[in-house]
Amino acid sequence: MRKSKSATLISKQYRRKGFLIEVWLRLRTNRGAVFGLAVLALFILIMVYTFIFMTPADVSKIDSKSRYLPPSSAHPFGTDDMGRDLFVRVLYGTRYSLAIAFGAVGIGAVIGTFFGSIAGYYGGWTDQIIMRITDVLHSLPGILLGMVIVTILGAGLQTLMIAIGFTVISGFVRMARASVLSVKTSEFVESARAIGMSEFRIVFSQVLPNSISPLIVTFTARMATSVLAAAGLSFLGFGVPVPLPEWGALISAGRNYLTTAPHLTLFPGIFIMLMAFSCALLGDGLRDALDPKLNK
Amino acid sequence: MSNESLTKSMTGGAAETGENVLEVKNLVVHYVLKKETVEAVNDVSFTLKSGRSLGLVGETGAGKTTTALAIMNLVPNPPGVIKSGTVNVCGHEMLKLKPIELAKIRGADISMIFQDPMTSLNPVMTVGNQIAESVKLHEDCSHSQAFDRAVEMLELVGIPGARASEYPHEFSGGMQQRVVIAIALACNPRVLIADEPTTALDVTIQAQVLGMMSELKTKMNTALLMITHDLGVVAKMCDEVAVMYAGRIVEKGTLEDVFNNTMHPYTEGLFNSLPKIDNRDTELKPIPGLMADPTKLPVGCSFAPRCSYATDACRARRPEDRYVSDTHMVVCTAYEDPAFHIEGWQ
Amino acid sequence: MDSHFLEVRNLKKYFKRTRGNVHAVDGVNFTIDKGKTLGVVGESGCGKSTLGRCVLRLIEPTDGEVLYEGRDICKLNKRELKDLRKEMQIIFQDPFSSLNPRKTVLDLIAEPIKFNKLIPNASKADIENRVLELMETVGIAERLINTYPHELDGGRRQRIGIARALSLNPKFIVCDEPVSALDVSIQAQILNLLKKLQKELGLTYIFITHDLSVVNYFSNDIMVMYLGHVVEMAPAAELFRNPMHPYTKALLSAILLPKVNGNPERIQLRGEVTSPIDPPDECRFAKRCNYLCKACSAGTPPLLEVEPNHLVACHCIKPGMNILQEQPHLISGR
Repeated sequence: MRKSKSATLISKQYRRKGFLIEVWLRLRTNRGAVFGLAVLALFILIMVYTFIFMTPADVSKIDSKSRYLPPSSAHPFGTDDMGRDLFVRVLYGTRYSLAIAFGAVGIGAVIGTFFGSIAGYYGGWTDQIIMRITDVLHSLPGILLGMVIVTILGAGLQTLMIAIGFTVISGFVRMARASVLSVKTSEFVESARAIGMSEFRIVFSQVLPNSISPLIVTFTARMATSVLAAAGLSFLGFGVPVPLPEWGALISAGRNYLTTAPHLTLFPGIFIMLMAFSCALLGDGLRDALDPKLNK
Repeated sequence: MSNESLTKSMTGGAAETGENVLEVKNLVVHYVLKKETVEAVNDVSFTLKSGRSLGLVGETGAGKTTTALAIMNLVPNPPGVIKSGTVNVCGHEMLKLKPIELAKIRGADISMIFQDPMTSLNPVMTVGNQIAESVKLHEDCSHSQAFDRAVEMLELVGIPGARASEYPHEFSGGMQQRVVIAIALACNPRVLIADEPTTALDVTIQAQVLGMMSELKTKMNTALLMITHDLGVVAKMCDEVAVMYAGRIVEKGTLEDVFNNTMHPYTEGLFNSLPKIDNRDTELKPIPGLMADPTKLPVGCSFAPRCSYATDACRARRPEDRYVSDTHMVVCTAYEDPAFHIEGWQ
Repeated sequence: MDSHFLEVRNLKKYFKRTRGNVHAVDGVNFTIDKGKTLGVVGESGCGKSTLGRCVLRLIEPTDGEVLYEGRDICKLNKRELKDLRKEMQIIFQDPFSSLNPRKTVLDLIAEPIKFNKLIPNASKADIENRVLELMETVGIAERLINTYPHELDGGRRQRIGIARALSLNPKFIVCDEPVSALDVSIQAQILNLLKKLQKELGLTYIFITHDLSVVNYFSNDIMVMYLGHVVEMAPAAELFRNPMHPYTKALLSAILLPKVNGNPERIQLRGEVTSPIDPPDECRFAKRCNYLCKACSAGTPPLLEVEPNHLVACHCIKPGMNILQEQPHLISGR
């Protein structure tokens, strides 16, 4: 045996920065990603703030004397048809969009990636069955599927998350399957088999980590579209129940006053756009930062 | 001279053997990246006469392919920058021409064959049309004339003309490489650069393709710049050899000079690394260490860190070109000592 | 029956395709003794890599037996196979794709040790010591322990691949073109390393390659494959001194020697390679053979011991009779 070294590990001696720190260092050089991250962080801060300092009562405080007021120092985003302060309502609504962006897409990603990896890795009948079901799912328009699910389960935030999550599954199945297919023939997978690893373990310890980049990009891209889809569903009245200020619902409520009080649609619109845009920017940045090969 | 060869290439007149068709002088190419600069080619000079063949030998990262791209003025920019030097192909200053003028010369006066045939062929176009297309680009002729020429070229490289209407994937790897060669030679170029043309092929196929290439070379009197890592291919195909290491030619001469009277320690190391087919008990003597990092080349001789003969003088300054005979050049500081010689290889 | 270290009997591997079965390996027999090297030579598509993987049961053979120290590994169940995997390892051709790009050198070499629990109750330090020991064996500097494969050059990556294989203390290693992706000077370093390891650890190798000069340097016996069949098998020196099968002759003549005037006229093969999809029952080399005789289409030629230890599969070569040399008038030629 090798002469035993002192208690400190040699690998510590040549320690590099941790994996996450390296990812962060790479991410930091990408301006778009930093912007996206900053905006998302801001949204999260806003959400935390509204949880602590706002009650549902603040949000639906009706003031019939100050209806349709344009933005001013007292009401930065103006007021709506019932005189409610739009600034408060938009801030309060952040939680719904964030929940959709992370929660719904999270649900879809976990389920989709699981089935997609299995389909890609095992192939044959497993693949056929999973992919045909996915095809059916994919051929239904997302909004329609969402509406059906909401109708069956009843309106509410959880239902909306499930509905949106369901519509993104097929995207993840396909993406996971494709990237697993491209990785599974690599020799390092065979090498893992040669040391005796089981197939199931190979999928999740060898193949999937190497398919992660396209999945992350899909995730953030879906975050963006899901925020929009949730807004759409709410706009159509299938989203969060009416008094709650989901951004899409706000636009829906403001659409009749587009000419007289454009701020009612403008501000929630800007927030939806900011959220979707920052998700997309962050996704692009993460894809590059997560790849150790681009360490230059 | 330059005017003469210009008219000659325009009129497509046959070149005479012995005329310089390719002259590279003091070529320096760097790849400038964000944090570092890759010194890919550092002061490379050589000439090639028509009808002759020069083997450019070296390992991965020696700068062979970059040299070839620079000759074609095809170095991707960014990040590649041709820092200095001149390249003269049949009288044309390649590095000073405008893109339109370059396009006329590439394919007509000078052609290039790449390592992987499948990636250099267009998968959705029949091979006949691909050859015809390159003919039409450089010669004023109708499509049917160009296609006739394509069929003729295919037969020249040993593929039945009837297969001109097939797509690249219907051919085997060796056949594809023949098609690539047919495209490269379709306009009768005076210089052909072949970048590892047979590395992706099986040995028996390699033998066929190389045999065909040397036949065509003689027939068409084309000058050949053969880029390879395989000393066997050089021995078979080339009259002259230039050995590259870390972007510099370290030894240059006729085949006999370099193979039978090896002088540079790196060349010697290459020969010692090859298993000997006729003596299976010879122990391999690999060159220790790794290829020099082209972003951090040492001050002195780039090969010094791996060289068993290296002295302090080698590490202190760049070696100079030293001609030991009319044809044989070696770039090694150790030869300043007249008594120095390498051990040689069997 | 003598007990050989490894004995392969009538091994077959067919891949199902829509147009039929690809006969990648078709009835291969051979034996290897302990501590020896069998070189497997052939061109791309001849089934040599498939053979190597079937012997390790990394892919399931269609038919045949692989007796490893007398046990048929094709009949082992999952657990027995997992135990046996430690003894039989593989080194891959491509040091770029055979290492998981998201793992460091430490992870890569430690993975087999941890996974197979080779060191009981191992602490981090135990495993790391073993990794360092292996790194020293294959010649990777200690300071590279936390680097990723893409930060290293091909030679070093191949050394990691070797360290990974060695980490399980194998007795038998299939080397699948281990040096063909490497530069000449690095190639020689790796070949010397593999030779040294064989001597020190008493390893048995199957050495798969397309490079005849490498296989000559490395092997005790050489087996030449063509389209799933073994066409010739002999001790290395004998094969190079006296190649008999027309394909072996062509292969040997295709080697380009790095010598001035070292490459006289070579035997040229013509024609197209026979399709490996449901090939007809005849000599598979017949379509490219320079010596075509009437017998060539009469079934697949058996592999016969023509001279002691020298096996050839050709209708024109039988023990004590070589039609190619003795009765050339029977050959139509081309």
